[in-house]
Amino acid sequence: MKVLHSWLLEFLDAPVSPEQVAAAFDDLGTPVEEETRIGDGLEGIEVVKVLTLSPHPNADKIQLVEVDRGDGEALQICCGAFNMAVGDLVPLATLGTVMPGGMKIEKRKLRGEWSSGMLCSSRELGVSDEHSGIMILDGRLTLGTPITEALGIKPDVLWELEVNPNRPDAMNIMGLARDLAPKVGVGFVAPTPPALVASGKDAQWGAQGGGGSQSGESTAGRFTVEIADADGCGRFLARVLSGIDPSAKTPDWMAQRLVHLGMRSISAMVDISNYVMLELGQPNHPYDLDRVAGQTLKVRKGRDGEKIVTLDDVERTLSSDDILICDGNDVPVGIAGIMGGASGEVSETTTDVLLEMAWFDPTSISRSSRRLGLRSEASARFEKGVDFAVAEHAADRFCELAAQICGAVTQAVQVDVRGNLPERPTVRVRTARVNAILGTELADQQISDLLNPIGFVAGPTVDGHEVTIPTWRYDSATEIDAIEEVGRHFGYRNIENQELTAARAGRLTPHQLERREVRRLLCGLGLAEVQPLPFLAPGQLADAGLDPSGIELVNPLVAEESVLRTALLPGLVTAVARNYARRQLGVGLWEIGHVFLTPPADQVLPDEREHLAVVLSGHEAPAAVEVWLTLAEKLRLQRPSVRNATIAGLHPTRGGEVLVNGVSFGIVGEIDTSVLQRHDIGERVAYLEIDLGAIASAERRSEKYRQISRFPASDIDLAFVVDNSVSAMDLERTLGEVDELVWSVRLFDIYRGPSIDDDKRSLAFGIRLQSGERTLTDGEVAEVRDRLIAAANEAHGATLRA
Amino acid sequence: MIDELRAIEADAVAQIAGTETLEALGELQRDLLGKTSALGGLKKTLGSLEPDARREAGLVMNEVSEALRGAFETKKNELEALERLARAEAERLDLTEVRTSLDGGHLHLVTQTIEELEDVFVGLGFSVAEGPEVEDDWHNFTALNFGQYHPARDMQDTFFVGLGGPKEVVMRTHTSPVQIRVMEGQEPPIYSIMPGRVYRNEATDSTHLAVFHQLECLVIDRGITFAHLAGTIDRFTKAYFGAGWTSRLRPSYFPFTEPSAEFDIQRPDGTWLELGGCGMVHPNVLSNCGIDPEEFSGFAFGFGLDRLAATRHGVSDLRELASTDIRFLEQF
Repeated sequence: MKVLHSWLLEFLDAPVSPEQVAAAFDDLGTPVEEETRIGDGLEGIEVVKVLTLSPHPNADKIQLVEVDRGDGEALQICCGAFNMAVGDLVPLATLGTVMPGGMKIEKRKLRGEWSSGMLCSSRELGVSDEHSGIMILDGRLTLGTPITEALGIKPDVLWELEVNPNRPDAMNIMGLARDLAPKVGVGFVAPTPPALVASGKDAQWGAQGGGGSQSGESTAGRFTVEIADADGCGRFLARVLSGIDPSAKTPDWMAQRLVHLGMRSISAMVDISNYVMLELGQPNHPYDLDRVAGQTLKVRKGRDGEKIVTLDDVERTLSSDDILICDGNDVPVGIAGIMGGASGEVSETTTDVLLEMAWFDPTSISRSSRRLGLRSEASARFEKGVDFAVAEHAADRFCELAAQICGAVTQAVQVDVRGNLPERPTVRVRTARVNAILGTELADQQISDLLNPIGFVAGPTVDGHEVTIPTWRYDSATEIDAIEEVGRHFGYRNIENQELTAARAGRLTPHQLERREVRRLLCGLGLAEVQPLPFLAPGQLADAGLDPSGIELVNPLVAEESVLRTALLPGLVTAVARNYARRQLGVGLWEIGHVFLTPPADQVLPDEREHLAVVLSGHEAPAAVEVWLTLAEKLRLQRPSVRNATIAGLHPTRGGEVLVNGVSFGIVGEIDTSVLQRHDIGERVAYLEIDLGAIASAERRSEKYRQISRFPASDIDLAFVVDNSVSAMDLERTLGEVDELVWSVRLFDIYRGPSIDDDKRSLAFGIRLQSGERTLTDGEVAEVRDRLIAAANEAHGATLRA
Repeated sequence: MIDELRAIEADAVAQIAGTETLEALGELQRDLLGKTSALGGLKKTLGSLEPDARREAGLVMNEVSEALRGAFETKKNELEALERLARAEAERLDLTEVRTSLDGGHLHLVTQTIEELEDVFVGLGFSVAEGPEVEDDWHNFTALNFGQYHPARDMQDTFFVGLGGPKEVVMRTHTSPVQIRVMEGQEPPIYSIMPGRVYRNEATDSTHLAVFHQLECLVIDRGITFAHLAGTIDRFTKAYFGAGWTSRLRPSYFPFTEPSAEFDIQRPDGTWLELGGCGMVHPNVLSNCGIDPEEFSGFAFGFGLDRLAATRHGVSDLRELASTDIRFLEQF
């Protein structure tokens, strides 16, 4: 919302400086986003007359203009515009002027011709957005007159404010002034236009009007308003204005204000309509009475497939979500609260106007405007909630301005049909509650002093106040809403900071601590964390050798980011590929992130899991197994191992599952060569991906300390010949569990070759035996050795290598 | 005899001095001090001398023996030192010639930021809560007091997921649904933060990401006020950014808090940085989670992390945060 300092002052009973206003806006939650000083830089601009026009000898796009500043001297200006004629009065920025944009006007040569100033467009003067040519001024002006005087431009300040959805009152000048007044310590005064139709109906309203039809008799005939959608339209006030002078022009002061607030000046009647909306927040619509069939306006729901051409000349297809204004033939003449239709538009021949001042349901307007993709100044206001008790005031203001500007005569009759308006409850605002929420120590009186000026009328009760929520605050309905108003007007900066006092122990959960440990370990292994996007392109899962079906986004930004990842593999392969393409070989990366699997049968949300993946390019599968075992050791996972298996995405004979106590928690191996080929990766890539979230509940080995023996250890080496199908890790584990004298078992050699059958290999283990109580005798060592050999044979068919 | 002894001594000293290896020195020692040496020979004849002469000659003999032993020791030390030096020289390494193979690894800068922030809040007595990134409408919107037609539910802002009914499942647009999950799952008092990844259906550019990170802070307890909110934000500001920083609150609007505010932090040089949003948890939100708003009150605040992380390292294009290029990663 844009607002002018001068316009605000019309609603305040004492002057307030722009600085005070800007500071107060910040404190009130309508902060200033941009401030423009109007009139700044216009001091050196004056009215001049075009004496001659001649082509520039060396340039096509510039002409030479001689102007008279009133001293009879001809002054040469080079000008890029060609819209003026000899004798026209135009604005000249004289030498030394600093334009509103900061540009300084100096005497200079343009392609060899002197230019002693600059002729200005209306945009350069900041009075409109017109920039197609030089502004042609009223021919009656005196030469040399300062442009500010000629155009009636007074120094002013324009602010662009940020307005939150809970502040419908801040979408108009009167509402902003009302909120501002107490903050800057002045009174709020709403100028009252003459009540041409003195019904006082703004003050009378019941929540459930139910709709219906009413007619009024004017000299232009009988006019009728009907509300057939009482939920969509809460109020429809209509008047007839006659005797409009179609040639009347919008006065400069009004046009300038409209332009400053971001609207275009169109015609007197349309400008008055917009002006009233900006000033009082009541969107309204003047229809050409002669063009409204049956002089009847009817509000009803749209019908699916119905069509209307709106003011912007676009044909819109309607639905039952839209509220329509129809004429006496039930033909739509406007989309209620959003945009009028082309058919009932006022034109340069309009002499009688049927004026609509209505209130439409915010939710309906919001839905309709979104569905149609059509937003307007009116819809922006209606969807936040317009003050439903301002219609008559706004109509009076409209009639006042129309009489001044167009000589319009308002018929002394209006109709004011009521649909269903929202309840305006009175709410109990307990003083103790106010202080309990805000952390203040406000007394009853202070609270009512803060609420009353902004229309939250507070009457005393035993424990606080009964507060009537004003009609211009559609967003407010409860005690907490009123408390927010108290806080806002008391000033957040006046609430003293308080520390939390309750003693609490903050700490990370075991899983969070463990995740940090994992991060540190992976860093310690020299690997770098990546955070690629969790969205994949269609086909990216398949390219990574995985099941191609993933959960899809309904409305992705781009197709390349439309599928939720089911594994971290696709992202990390892509990461390796990108590095490889830049000749960054052998990178080691890891990621911890969520993956999204098909929801289980009884659930709508995906089976979302936290995975950890490590990718080691330039490495073969065992490198990833080592990372897994190191990780498992660090996390004290019980009996971690690997089971060879064929895994999607991994090399068919170099992959497996990672196990904790026999339960699978992920995959390990080497990325499938076909996957690597598809990604143009020319080196082997080892890979590990585990369900880190699930690991949190995996079994752990005992935390208990194993005492170090004082007695010497006995080391024996055993080489077994065993089938290739037997897991070396299983054999190692079997050996480790033969006797408590076995302190450690370590695989130190693997041999396949001539002396061993083709389907077997030799695995050599170094085994350390140790007792906590004594030095082992040769006999004891021999006995354990025999049992180790027996156990290996029994469990795995392993035989001692000859 | 004494003259003989002195001559032996002089000769021996000269020989010792001329020795160049430890091996030769060992041989020389055997030759000069051994039983078969000249000195040893004289020692044997000592007994045949007159007592006085024997005493005198004995003293000189001891003196010579001592002197020679000392000379040998000194020479030995000298030669050993030389040998150590020679050996060391042979092993000389130029420490500037290193082929690095170790790497301390690299935490992503967003992870670093999250961990630092978590530590600050854990220090202030908070726990860390997490939740799913794909959420249902209830947790992401409805329970947070978003009206059915609130603009934030619009296709413009939310990624809808092809699960459940129309618009029923979304990529969470903020970390606030974790607040709902915490409140649904736990009785107050609640002192928690919720860091995490969030999603907005917005075109990305150097200062806007569709996938980014937030951290929210939630307190629900008896007697919690707006003054506590302001105090906690200020405490956090000083703890994370530094003692010279301050904070301020300005009125704003969010569906899930009331009163609501924006919070800005002020650098020691006096300039302001708009950081995030905050407010008192709306009574409807408490009720939606089964918490009696008359008994308990609370506050929440939240802010985006990515810009904080990026600004600190001068990363001007936020999209780089998703980069997997090792040249980017290894700088952090």
